[in-house]
Amino acid sequence: MAKPKKVLVYRHAAVTRATHWINVLALTFLLMSGLNIFGAHPALYWGQKAVFAQPWVLIGAEPKGDAMVGFTQIGTAKFNTTGVLGYSGKVGEREPVAFPAWATVPSYRDLADSRHWHFFFAWLFVINGLTYWLVGLARGHIVKDLAPTRADLKPKNVWHEIVTHAKLRFPKGEEARHYNVLQKGAYLAVIAVLLPLMVVTGLCMSPGMDAFAPWVVDFFGGRQSARTIHFITAFSLIGFVLLHLFMVVASGTWNNIRSMITGRYAIVPDKSGETA
Amino acid sequence: MSAPINRRGWLQAGLASAGALALGACDKITNSKQGVAFLQSAEGLTRRAQRLLVDRKALAREFSHADISSDFRPNGSIDPQDPDYLTLKKTGFADYHLTIDGLVERPLSLSLADLRAQAARTQITRHDCVEGWSSIAKWTGARLGPLIDQAGLKPQARYIVFHCYDTLDGPMDGKGRYYESIDLIDAYHPQTILAYAMNDAALPVAHGAPLRLRVERQLGYKQAKYIRRIEAVADYAHLHQGGGGFWEDRGYEWYAGI
Repeated sequence: MAKPKKVLVYRHAAVTRATHWINVLALTFLLMSGLNIFGAHPALYWGQKAVFAQPWVLIGAEPKGDAMVGFTQIGTAKFNTTGVLGYSGKVGEREPVAFPAWATVPSYRDLADSRHWHFFFAWLFVINGLTYWLVGLARGHIVKDLAPTRADLKPKNVWHEIVTHAKLRFPKGEEARHYNVLQKGAYLAVIAVLLPLMVVTGLCMSPGMDAFAPWVVDFFGGRQSARTIHFITAFSLIGFVLLHLFMVVASGTWNNIRSMITGRYAIVPDKSGETA
Repeated sequence: MSAPINRRGWLQAGLASAGALALGACDKITNSKQGVAFLQSAEGLTRRAQRLLVDRKALAREFSHADISSDFRPNGSIDPQDPDYLTLKKTGFADYHLTIDGLVERPLSLSLADLRAQAARTQITRHDCVEGWSSIAKWTGARLGPLIDQAGLKPQARYIVFHCYDTLDGPMDGKGRYYESIDLIDAYHPQTILAYAMNDAALPVAHGAPLRLRVERQLGYKQAKYIRRIEAVADYAHLHQGGGGFWEDRGYEWYAGI
């Protein structure tokens, strides 16, 4: 059988590609500086204020016999997380710190400096996100490529996509020219829900912005709830990125990466009479 | 059979060293003056954006009695040992006088009784620490705006500096003395008060007795405690290390609205 001929289709516009990679950069620094900031008070609460005796998440270090152990407490469950959370570093030089040096910017605990990194990249992230949204709406990218169609949302189609994804069988031919309903759902959840949620809950922690829109803080249940949701959303984004990277590798690493760099994506077109 | 393992080993080592290099580079940037100055350019953007967006008189959220924290955390200095402060504390601050001077027409010296006789405001507000936690308390104090109007600001005055009694860092040689500064927008804000009472009782020592600042649209480190003197200035660059505040001199943002 002859090798099927591939054709390169233009998949991603320059703005999409540029904003994607700027987003990668900004989110990486936001996450790593954010984990450093969290280290200044490694506890999470619900409501407007902190009830110090009742955090729902607490990361810390405590002596156990002769040794120090790092612990992570979620609700009433307490886990020994020595070496990663609460107490980490080279063996012999371990110190009490919420997240390990390799996960934070700067690598040492410093609230003032991590805030500089965080807010610098927060601005880059917001400007980048607004650019993506404005261009995406103006050019119809979001409506045309990301909004699910009626056919996409038919239960039969959704189920079909779930089954084929679970089997890691990806669309070929004409079908591969468009995002499928699971991709559309995942990307929309990120660009329309998770990423904006990061900005809004982040601003809810700003006493200046609270005077501007206190009802937004109330909507999230208070400043400490907003801080908690900021944290949960950040970890949801880590979850998305891991799944995204897995799918990139599973559906053709180089083809996907090339399409996000040059815009060109290789597909094998259907032959007449055949269905994909 | 060992090839893939080796390859994986190389890949892992490669990634780990690339990561370590990147982290090292971040630390280098953080420790260089230009690097920090570049990152800190965001502070000016934040301040301008918030000043543009938020009305000058917009109030910070106020709460009800039921919201008051029973575990309000005192932070920074909680029991100053500075000799001048201890002398005042011995007599229950009976001899305390607040000085208001600098670029003013009529310097003032006010006792606590004088301060209690001024236009007052009571507010239940949330204190947001830069570390991330919040506590809620009820504060009563003299409004700063009318006070500086009594003193009469000279036209060159642009900032209000709060000199404090407490030393938060190092020996008591004045270098580690706490101080803070705010601009005139915050100074004239209706919720900006010099608080002498907390939760309907005299301000406790741990929370800044006898007088502390409440500037409700900024983070906790702006809320100077143990205030000794208020000075109107055109610029704060000549004070201490020039940052405009104790924590600002140690790397934190002067504009603490975020």
